[in-house]
Amino acid sequence: MTRPSMLAVKRAMGLALAGFWLSAVALPAAAMAQTLMNGAGATFPYPLYSKWFDEYTKVDPSVRFNYQSIGSGGGIRQISERTVDFGASDGPMTDDQLKKAPAELLHIPTVLGAVVATYNLPGNPTLRFSGDVLADIFLGKITSWDDGKIKSLNSGVSLPKTPIVVVHRSDGSGTTYIWVDYLSKISREWEEKVGRGTSVKWPAGLGGKGNEGVAGQIKNTPGALGYVELAYAITNKLPAASVKNAAGKFIEPTIATTTAAAAGAANNMPADFRVSLTNAPGDTAYPIASFTWLLVYKEQPNEAKGRLLTKFLWWAIHDGQKYPSDLLYAPLPAPVVKQIEAKVKQISFHGKPLVAVR
Amino acid sequence: MIEVDAGRGGAAHGVPLPRAFFLTPRGSLWGDRVFQGVVYASVGLFVLVMVGIVWALVVESMPAMRRFGLAFVIGQEWDPVKEAFGALPFIYGTLVSSLVGMFIAVPLGIGAAIYLAELAPFWARSPIGFLIELLAAVPSVVYGLWGIFVLAPFLRNWIEPVLGRALGFLPLFQGPPYGVGMLAAGLILSIMTVPFIATVSREVLLAVPNTQREAALALGATRWETTWMAVLRYGRSGLVGAVLLGLGRALGETMAVTMVIGNRPEIALSLFAPGYTMASVLANEFTEATSDVYLSALVYIGLLLLAVTVIVNSAARLLVWSVGGTVKGIRE
Repeated sequence: MTRPSMLAVKRAMGLALAGFWLSAVALPAAAMAQTLMNGAGATFPYPLYSKWFDEYTKVDPSVRFNYQSIGSGGGIRQISERTVDFGASDGPMTDDQLKKAPAELLHIPTVLGAVVATYNLPGNPTLRFSGDVLADIFLGKITSWDDGKIKSLNSGVSLPKTPIVVVHRSDGSGTTYIWVDYLSKISREWEEKVGRGTSVKWPAGLGGKGNEGVAGQIKNTPGALGYVELAYAITNKLPAASVKNAAGKFIEPTIATTTAAAAGAANNMPADFRVSLTNAPGDTAYPIASFTWLLVYKEQPNEAKGRLLTKFLWWAIHDGQKYPSDLLYAPLPAPVVKQIEAKVKQISFHGKPLVAVR
Repeated sequence: MIEVDAGRGGAAHGVPLPRAFFLTPRGSLWGDRVFQGVVYASVGLFVLVMVGIVWALVVESMPAMRRFGLAFVIGQEWDPVKEAFGALPFIYGTLVSSLVGMFIAVPLGIGAAIYLAELAPFWARSPIGFLIELLAAVPSVVYGLWGIFVLAPFLRNWIEPVLGRALGFLPLFQGPPYGVGMLAAGLILSIMTVPFIATVSREVLLAVPNTQREAALALGATRWETTWMAVLRYGRSGLVGAVLLGLGRALGETMAVTMVIGNRPEIALSLFAPGYTMASVLANEFTEATSDVYLSALVYIGLLLLAVTVIVNSAARLLVWSVGGTVKGIRE
């Protein structure tokens, strides 16, 4: 290589380096123009939320989201301490928690999830369960697959004389909350002995960490029965039992039947949306379903941020609802969207609503 | 070579080089002071961090301490819904799973170290040592997944039924074989701690001066007697350090254990039964703990985990010191 060309290379490298440093300095400067919206909470809707945040920056490039999926408990704590702009939770806040918050918090349902009973039996036939039977199994009262109560629901299916190995989540989880909330509604004994919570004192069975831990243990244990999220069951092609709903019909867990659970509950929707959708009315409603919520302050502390947040919420319950199905979440039914609209319109700054009423 | 040359150079001026180095004015007191300051600061920093951790744990666990007192340590109930909390099943699970792990890992780890330091052909030492060290680099979640998908089914289908038939008269090996449980947790822990014990032990054995071996061999000791009496005894305190390092890892291991132990807060004698450890319950329930007492009870468990680690480590050291005094060495 001749000297001049060496020099050219060096100069080019120098320029490249300078360009690199310039862009490193300039890029954050450009990002500064964006408003950063901080959120934290539930892990269950995290894949959908990150899709939303990504899509929404295309709609409104002036806002950028930072969402930490630290769990519903953490989301409730952080929004209560005002360390984030919005929280997210798979379970509604309790009256006690709401009272402790520094100002009025709103629950905005964003999407629905369902929990399915999955199992490991020879040939994995499609089974039918009622809430009583599931409760009895999880209470440790029904211990064998050939129990008369399971047989009578599944005529025509040959059930082996294998012990039932119950598998539940060991980590605190909204999935567990939905599951035990359903069992508590169906079985008084469950409600008294165990109750509702993201973690409970399980009367029987083994604990697996996360959906993958539960599914892994079920796959490897003949005779196992447990519960996982609907989305997880669909993507991993796990057998999922049909469950008897409040109308007495056996309903297969799907996205449509999950949405139907919210539609069934729409007539009796409480004003604050803190509602359990388990065992919801409606012929096609799958009984083990739930909303997941975003938690926002009704009175926003900052006008500009509050306006951006309400705009985003409005988008999420309308245009945003085309994304859940692809990611195997159930979208909100139309009548419920109308009800939530009214709620989003209540978000205000100094008492003035922030969303432009159309 | 360089050292020899330098030595000669120094000797040429009449003063040996090392002394010349220390006597030159640039190696002044000032440099020593700075060095001393840096060392003190780094030690002080760690003491401060430790104090800070303990302080934070105590403060955060105060609500649970006030409500449950010391009964928390012996309580066997863990019901987040009714807010009844006790730590005993978790303490039991942590101790037993680590004990099972060490029971397998100590002979394996020190055995591997003896092989690598004393017996292995020279060309094999580095590759085998490297492979063992590689085990330490595997993330614990990978061990956990391997535990769920390979180890647990293998235990359930093969090992546990056989153990149950052969040793079923012992309460340790009774009950239905789930695969996951205390035994699986102990096995995972043993695999995870072997590389620590083996690697540190090997370094310890390599540091034993050859004169020890030569002396023993000269006295007519066999290879085994040499290793046992001259090498292992000489490196005893280092080996204890290696084992304690492994034990520390076992007591605090979270992810892999959580995935295979079955997560059931119950005290069962059988190793086939599911259990729970302190680290696991923290990892499992911390994120979704909403009530103050619940959160505080979890922090209390964290404090107890720290206490158990300190107690177990001290006890192990004391045990080895007291036993070490009675074992007579080569001179007998």
